[in-house]
Amino acid sequence: MAQLETRGLTARYGDFQALFGIDLTLDEGETIAIIGANGAGKTTLLRSIAGVLRQDPGMVRFDGQDIGHLPADEIMARGIAMVPEGRKLFPSLSVEENLLIGAYGRKVGGAWTPDAIYDLFPILKERRNNPGTALSGGQQQMVAIGRALMSNPRVLLCDEISLGLAPVVIRDIYAALPRIRESGASVVVVEQDIGTALKVAGRVYCIMEGRVTLEGTPDTVSRDDIHRAYFGAAA
Amino acid sequence: MSDVTTYSVTTRTRASVVAGLIALALAVVAVVLPAFASRALIQDLFFILTMLSLAQYWNLLAGYGGLVSVGQQAFVGFGAYMLFGPVILWGLNPVPALLLSGVFALLLALPTAFFAFRLHGAYFAIGTWVVAEVVRLSVAMWKDVGGGTGTSLPREARSEMWGVPQIEAMFDVRTSAAQDILAYWIALAVAVATIGGIYAFLRTKRGLSLAALRDNAEAARSVGVDAARIKWTVFLIAAFGTGIVGGLIFLQNGRISPDSAFSVIDWTAFVIFIVVIGGIGTIEGPILGVLVFFFLQTFLADFGSWYLLTLGALGIAIMLFAPRGLWGLISEKTGLHLFPIQRRLVIGPGRDR
Amino acid sequence: MIGADTIIQGVLLGGLYALFAAGLSLVFGIMRLVNLAHGDLIVLAAYLLLVVTTALGLGPFVALLVAAPAMFVIGWTLQRVVLNRVLGPDILPPLLVTFGLSVVLQNALLEGFTNDSRRLRAGPLETASVDLGVAMVGVMPLMTFASAVAVILALQWLFYRTELGRAFRATSDDPVTASLMGVKPASIFATATGIAMLVVTIAALFLGTRANFDPTIGPARLIYAFQAVIIGGLGSLWGTLAGGVIIGVAQTVGAAINPEWQILAGHIAFLAVLLIRPRGLFPRAVD
Repeated sequence: MAQLETRGLTARYGDFQALFGIDLTLDEGETIAIIGANGAGKTTLLRSIAGVLRQDPGMVRFDGQDIGHLPADEIMARGIAMVPEGRKLFPSLSVEENLLIGAYGRKVGGAWTPDAIYDLFPILKERRNNPGTALSGGQQQMVAIGRALMSNPRVLLCDEISLGLAPVVIRDIYAALPRIRESGASVVVVEQDIGTALKVAGRVYCIMEGRVTLEGTPDTVSRDDIHRAYFGAAA
Repeated sequence: MSDVTTYSVTTRTRASVVAGLIALALAVVAVVLPAFASRALIQDLFFILTMLSLAQYWNLLAGYGGLVSVGQQAFVGFGAYMLFGPVILWGLNPVPALLLSGVFALLLALPTAFFAFRLHGAYFAIGTWVVAEVVRLSVAMWKDVGGGTGTSLPREARSEMWGVPQIEAMFDVRTSAAQDILAYWIALAVAVATIGGIYAFLRTKRGLSLAALRDNAEAARSVGVDAARIKWTVFLIAAFGTGIVGGLIFLQNGRISPDSAFSVIDWTAFVIFIVVIGGIGTIEGPILGVLVFFFLQTFLADFGSWYLLTLGALGIAIMLFAPRGLWGLISEKTGLHLFPIQRRLVIGPGRDR
Repeated sequence: MIGADTIIQGVLLGGLYALFAAGLSLVFGIMRLVNLAHGDLIVLAAYLLLVVTTALGLGPFVALLVAAPAMFVIGWTLQRVVLNRVLGPDILPPLLVTFGLSVVLQNALLEGFTNDSRRLRAGPLETASVDLGVAMVGVMPLMTFASAVAVILALQWLFYRTELGRAFRATSDDPVTASLMGVKPASIFATATGIAMLVVTIAALFLGTRANFDPTIGPARLIYAFQAVIIGGLGSLWGTLAGGVIIGVAQTVGAAINPEWQILAGHIAFLAVLLIRPRGLFPRAVD
């Protein structure tokens, strides 16, 4: 049984339908990547899993239980944490407080403590008492990831963590991924950067206009397949 | 040009035309009503018409302008005192003095807006309340009009008002009844002018910008709507009108005191309930609201604080469960708009108009 | 004659106004809600204290231990059942609902307790005073001011040193992202209003022991609280204390010149600050 799955997940904003029946699975300990162009529905998909958008109960299942209808705080308490798009640090909180609040709704023992996060991203230790928003973009992204890890999640959802960052910074951030997997978490990364996605993920899903257009492992999908799945029929 | 398709932009709907005709008929009936109606009915109608006008002005502020004031009693009270002062001290005829009520309320609105517009959102509301308190406390120190205990208009000032002797002769009634009729006619004129004026204003360019601001402030600004100017305009219009109505209410009352003239319950709370119950942000809402309010008042006023308690609870319930009020429920069900502001494109075969 | 005595009385009175204001400031800071019934809730708490003192024969300070938790529950429930439904970008619904609540509370209290003036009896403390060298000062006003300082210190500690405080600040910044941390904004708001009602009960204790009260005095307390908050600058609790002191001193000085000017002088001080420093003396939060 998959740890996390979506079954015919649909989502709409008023009259606009963003997702048309997404089926995906994530096994325990696995890393998957979701790729697709801007506006394909990737963020909507993650927000629906995380409970920011609430859907029908059976559309999202976790550990065999329906969770599609639960609010974000209850989903988080079950062990699904999200690094939201745009980092969304709390401006009123210091770096350390931003980390601490990550464990607000789920206090289970585990690998991740503030010290473990500082070990993962040493620069944050120096900046621990600064307001989160005083940091550079890359450092803010590290705080956002650390904040999500603080709940010792079983599933970590990462929404566009490389967005707007320099390649060297992206490399530093993705260098943390193996350590995160070692802690036992399964990972879902949403990426626009196909190269990065193929490098880190065991399987990829490509989404276009609210539908899965391609699914496979990095070594079985070709660049041409991806190109078609990304932009539509043969360009 | 019979088979040429023409386009015309109109705000008119069939309902609005019918409503206009009915309103006209009602207005005619209302004007001649004193010839048949009892004095009690005339007094009730005076109350309804003045509350309706106050409600329309508050609705213009809050419902259309997003300026939630809980200090409109400042303009009611100041308008009233600016009528009592000149009438008592200089022997001015009360009818033209009503204009002073409006003008002085407008003058008061200038510093009020200057201060209150420095506060945003909810704090604006309390800011207007503070100004009303300042005016109340200041007026209470004005000994020539009775200070804190208040005063009455001289009997002869009211009996010699413009028009009163003529009305006495025309309807063959006593002076006090003639005063009621005169006040009623003025209230009727003010209410019609208020509704007509606000409707006309909302259809002007500036009025439409107001609606645009309410619906989406950022988008409205990006197309060049000057938010500050519109807020000032709306605030000053509401103050002027509210001041005249305040003067009229206390002219009819004959007696004034700071506590009654600046009563937050009478001139703001009741007015807010009328608008909320009827439907905020529509012209129809306050009309419906004032009727509901009048019936509640008639049947429940004897219960004192239970009455106010009920009214408050009703207001809360409406905000929670039907925030667009009774008129909102009705127009949702029927699609009815008696005072349409929306412009619609009419496509049809050419017709001579 | 305006002497040190007048000024000290005013400063101490400012402590009472800061107590009125602290709850208002707390709620605004977390959920941008201005509760127009705040003054009436203070009066409600005063009556609750009165009922507890008379029914159980307790002194007002002990009665606080009973009334405060009850007020917490009232605040929590009010927020959860009513106010959470009207929070949002549109300021109209919360304003109108709390305005309605103000009218309801006043009239419910009138119905229950008539409009007779009441007072909480604090025994010999009421008349006790100490000599501060420059002036004789009543013990109750001193306690009021000390309580205001203590309440502000406690709120600062809560905000900046506890997990709940972190959740308050995070929710204030961004409720959606806070919910991703497992924070329930609806119950955070309810808890905040509950805590504001604890402060309100303390304010009510000193309101009721230092002067008479009746069901209609709530709106004026709201206005003083509001003035203290605006003078201090939104979001600054110490600023709120400073704001309360400015209103208090203006009132006692005004009253020393002419008793009719007491309240007016406070309002004018407020308008003067608004004229010179529209964002208050110690602005922090951005509205």
